Amino acid sequence: MAATNLIGTAVVEVEHKLPLPFDESQESFELIAQGAESLLYRTTFSATGQPAALKVRPEKKWRHPTLDKRLTRARILAEARVLVKLSGEGIVASGSGNSGKRAKVKQPREGDHDVAGLKGFVPAVLALDWESGWMMTEWIEGRTVKKAVYDTKTDRNGDNTTEATEALKSLLACIGEVIGILHASGVIHGDLTTSNMMLRAQPSTPESIASPTSSLAGDIVLIDFGLSSQSVSEEDRAVDLYVLERAFGSTHPREEYLFPEVLKTYAESTRSGMHGKTGKLVLRKLEDVRMRGRKKSMLG
Amino acid sequence: MPIAIGLEGSANKLGVGIILHPHPSPPSPHDSAHSDDEQPSASHPPKKPTSPPVQILANLRHTFVSPPGTGFLPKDTAAHHRRWVVRLVKQAMQQANVQLADIDCICYTKGPGMGAPLSSVAIAARTLSQLWAKPLVGVNHCVGHIEMGRAITGAANPVVLYVSGGNTQVIAYSAQRYRIFGEALDIAVGNCLDRFARVLNISNDPAPGYNIEQIAKRGTVLLELPYAVKGMDVSFSGILARVEELARKLLRTTPETPWVDAESGAEVTKADLCFTLQETVFAMLVEITERAMAHVGARQVLIVGGVGCNERLQQMMGMMARERGGSVFATDERFCIDNGIMIAHAGLLAWGQGFRTGLGESTFTQRFRTDEVLVNWRD
Repeated sequence: MAATNLIGTAVVEVEHKLPLPFDESQESFELIAQGAESLLYRTTFSATGQPAALKVRPEKKWRHPTLDKRLTRARILAEARVLVKLSGEGIVASGSGNSGKRAKVKQPREGDHDVAGLKGFVPAVLALDWESGWMMTEWIEGRTVKKAVYDTKTDRNGDNTTEATEALKSLLACIGEVIGILHASGVIHGDLTTSNMMLRAQPSTPESIASPTSSLAGDIVLIDFGLSSQSVSEEDRAVDLYVLERAFGSTHPREEYLFPEVLKTYAESTRSGMHGKTGKLVLRKLEDVRMRGRKKSMLG
Repeated sequence: MPIAIGLEGSANKLGVGIILHPHPSPPSPHDSAHSDDEQPSASHPPKKPTSPPVQILANLRHTFVSPPGTGFLPKDTAAHHRRWVVRLVKQAMQQANVQLADIDCICYTKGPGMGAPLSSVAIAARTLSQLWAKPLVGVNHCVGHIEMGRAITGAANPVVLYVSGGNTQVIAYSAQRYRIFGEALDIAVGNCLDRFARVLNISNDPAPGYNIEQIAKRGTVLLELPYAVKGMDVSFSGILARVEELARKLLRTTPETPWVDAESGAEVTKADLCFTLQETVFAMLVEITERAMAHVGARQVLIVGGVGCNERLQQMMGMMARERGGSVFATDERFCIDNGIMIAHAGLLAWGQGFRTGLGESTFTQRFRTDEVLVNWRD
């Protein structure tokens, strides 16, 4: 049960009001980022004292209120369900405290722990309240992959040094493996961009996939599953990769030529769940998806 | 001072524009907020010269409107363009009050768009080029919209939402390319709106989207439509199928058998359908724009393209931008809707960098990706 202390003041940004029950919480809330979908606060999970990320999906006043409510609810639930399934960990507490509502996100079955093998690659859900529009997950210490790539050392001409290039290649290789595991567990992320991947500061377990080179060392953790869905179709998997390919190219044009490393490990690495025939089929579908962008006429 | 004439006809609007790019003035202590890199100067002075705004000498347009319930067909549209182009060019030259000798180049839409209409305009451009002995510059239609939007609004480096009957893209500038961050995976949003209008026999004059907008103002009931956002991309064919189904349902109602919305208890009208469609598709567009802004770290949004004239879309985008501490830029119908001046403007920018389209290359193409153009007039 997420304990809430009603005394004390919360340290929070003036413009954005925290939802219940946090507006009167004693914990501190530091606004870290304003993503497209939600506000991200760093705080502490009162029940266990661990550092936590509070994702608040504020009302978007520019949307029709009915549409807004419908979407926010659907996305929080989609995200929570997927994280529970992938991390193999149930939700520690339900924000509303109403056990009837808890059933909307099924707890994993007995003996089902870490079915997907993705524990450590996605944040664990601590608490959520879809009516109030928030979800609390464990805090991932580190940078987004986007920032990590931006920060990679370049020489005076702005080109990547050989050391940096090798580091980037192995980072991308890790990403390919993680996405392979994700797809093999029947989940489509739906919004793969380098802003939605964290590079966790230190490796958590010996089995975790960690980039060896020091500058880009760490585990890959996927976040922001609001647009996720559960599917095993090649089309959906290919579109998932396509979204990342385009987002990567648009955001990191200088490193765009390295992107094929992602696809390589996705389809070939034994740690990726997609190696072998399945991965090859997805890559072939990906070619079709790419052509659609080039060949289509938008006039139906 | 460079002057260009631009011809546009990728869809049912035939546009002829004449633009003048004043020479850059020496650097001033006050950098104007206005775009300072639209000048076609190849040199790189230590400090960028400021530039007075572009001068629009003529901006004429004639639209081919098809009857309600129909769309415009390529063959008829091309015939329309051929009928009107000479008249518009003459009128534009008169209005601009320029001599042939003053014109530096003839810009035309190389693509993307509909084949036959594009072909007609390309032929007209080639003819002028031969008659007047002036160089040709083939222009990408989307880049035309973007550059005109930047010039008119002064937005320095915004995320651009380009929405029209034929295109739906979210674009951000990076390393001399307009990169497409998100787009419609099947049909353009304007195409979705236009085809919906046909089912309800909404007039195409001046444009179906405009009429949907006016009717929607009287709507209040929000029905449920599929909402298809896939990362930074969107999909409209599912929504179109559903809304067409609802439209046909509406057409079958009679005074004795009205359609009452279960949730609100109100009777569903044409206005409600228009309202529902707009609210849903615009929410999707604002959402993918917001994603791009968050990902790129931008605060400015520029809306271009015919659907960009829609005031509700501008309003929604403005609210989203303000919630992020930013602002929205939009132009009026002179520039949102396809026009010749944007082709002249973008063409002149390229011409200034030495770009020319030889007669043998002065083709047109239905598919021309925005990111294929080297935007070398910007850093």
